[in-house]
Amino acid sequence: MNNAVLAQVGALARRSIVRTLRQPAAIVFPLIFPMLLLLVNSGGLDASTQLPGFPTDSFLAFALAVPFIQGALFSTMNAGTDLAKDIQTGFLNRLSLTSMRGVALIAGQLAGVAVMGVVQAAFYIAVGLIVGVDFAAGALGILVLFGFAAVISISFGAIGTFLALRTGSGEAIQGLFPLLFVFLFLSSMNTPRDLIGVDWFRFVATANPVSYLIECVRSLIITGWNGEALALGFAIAVAIGVVATVLSTFSLKERLART
Amino acid sequence: MSSPDNSIVVEGLVREFKKGPRAVDGIDLRVEPGEIYGFLGPNGAGKSTTVLMLTTLLPPTSGTARVGGHDVVREGPKVRASIGAALQEAALDPMLTGRDHLRLQSTLQGIDRTERKQRAIELLERVGLTEAADRKVGGYSGGMKRRLDLALALVHRPRILFLDEPTTGLDPQSRTALWDEVGRLAREEGVTVFLTTQYLEEADVLADRVGIIDHGRIVAEGTPSSLKAEIGLPSVHATPADDSDRDRLAEVLAPYGESLGDGSRDVVVRLREGLAGLPAVVRAVDDAGLTLATLEIQAPSLDDVFLAKTGRSLEGSSGADADAAEPTA
Repeated sequence: MNNAVLAQVGALARRSIVRTLRQPAAIVFPLIFPMLLLLVNSGGLDASTQLPGFPTDSFLAFALAVPFIQGALFSTMNAGTDLAKDIQTGFLNRLSLTSMRGVALIAGQLAGVAVMGVVQAAFYIAVGLIVGVDFAAGALGILVLFGFAAVISISFGAIGTFLALRTGSGEAIQGLFPLLFVFLFLSSMNTPRDLIGVDWFRFVATANPVSYLIECVRSLIITGWNGEALALGFAIAVAIGVVATVLSTFSLKERLART
Repeated sequence: MSSPDNSIVVEGLVREFKKGPRAVDGIDLRVEPGEIYGFLGPNGAGKSTTVLMLTTLLPPTSGTARVGGHDVVREGPKVRASIGAALQEAALDPMLTGRDHLRLQSTLQGIDRTERKQRAIELLERVGLTEAADRKVGGYSGGMKRRLDLALALVHRPRILFLDEPTTGLDPQSRTALWDEVGRLAREEGVTVFLTTQYLEEADVLADRVGIIDHGRIVAEGTPSSLKAEIGLPSVHATPADDSDRDRLAEVLAPYGESLGDGSRDVVVRLREGLAGLPAVVRAVDDAGLTLATLEIQAPSLDDVFLAKTGRSLEGSSGADADAAEPTA
């Protein structure tokens, strides 16, 4: 990537961040909604910690992993709807008329999403520390959490980018958003997989890649350094990101019909 | 070293859409360097489709076009480097300020970091947006958005400028200011301007030459004065003092030329003998004992040209009749 393309990526990332910061709803929901859900779940499901084999005695610490994934899901919607707006308003045509490289558009958009992902992670971690969660992997683990938050934001953001480029419609992306949440609810978000009593649910949660993303974050919070959980989490996040980015790149070529 | 080619040369350009009409149906045109070319036609005539092809955003179905000496199909990046464009509907990000837009645009156009800030200041001043530069564009008026759009098109000092209906929806003051700037760019900086419009006055005031497009074909081309001279004959517009005399007035004037009546209070007749026929008209009205509220002689307008070439008037034809046929992307 040469200097000109890097400058383009920087400018587009800056735009992505600036316009997110100037839309209070785009900041408040990814921060507040997961915290509310955490509050409700940890209140209602605290008794789960009494189950034999439950990995911690604090359900709050157990569930703190979930907001990271919810935040990433919001990244999907924000990245997608922002890009869809650009398509609908003709802003993408304006960009197409410049010397902008297609790769810069996608990279810039995702870099902005990654920064917002890190900001969200800082908020979740701060809330965790305030309510007394002890991060088992220590300060270095928190650093890894920041890195993982950036990676999953990029991966889910790339899904949003792909959907925007395919559909060109913000409404279509908002319509798909609840579907993405289904993946979250059918994961190990509330119970460790080995303690799920219903066979079909345990099977679905095991097949669901979101479970491994949650378990990666969870391991750093409640277990300490778990190589397998970290490797699986990062590998799945990167795989989702690579596939979605490749699909986005092809879709961008179709969308940018410039000669 | 030869000077850069600022011309636009189009031969047999066609664009068909799968389920739609032939939006552009084999047009030929040539715009000389430094010229302002007015591309005139009603909604759905093919103006915007032509601009999208010439700006490389839409591949032609057939035909060729060279912009700034580069083929729009084979040399897209070179074409884009030499043009600036303000497309229909100023596409701006309501969350960014005017200065944010200029910063983004200049970076994407590869302008040197040290020059970006100065260029933004210069352009904001030129389009009268210095005071509003740090306000979010969402709060701009339509005229301010159009002026920012023009500034963005000029960031990289293009040699050729495409303006697609730049004054649609603007108040008269903003329209005049934009005309002044476009005229200055052509006169002082030698920028070639391809201007699409559905406003006759705009084409008349600004354009060195005009091409009239209808149903995807160019039906007339020339300087505004030469096109009007083709029609040649002036028209007389008479308004009876008493509305009930309108039909009688029309009968009295009928022998002196073709009626251009449009149902308004005026009786309009294109004088068959030109201005030489005016005394006879006045005498006939007097002999008939009719009293007139107003009597005006009008030189042929571009609308008369459009009427003569297409059989219908352009004025008031910009409704939604053909809107659906005009692609926007």
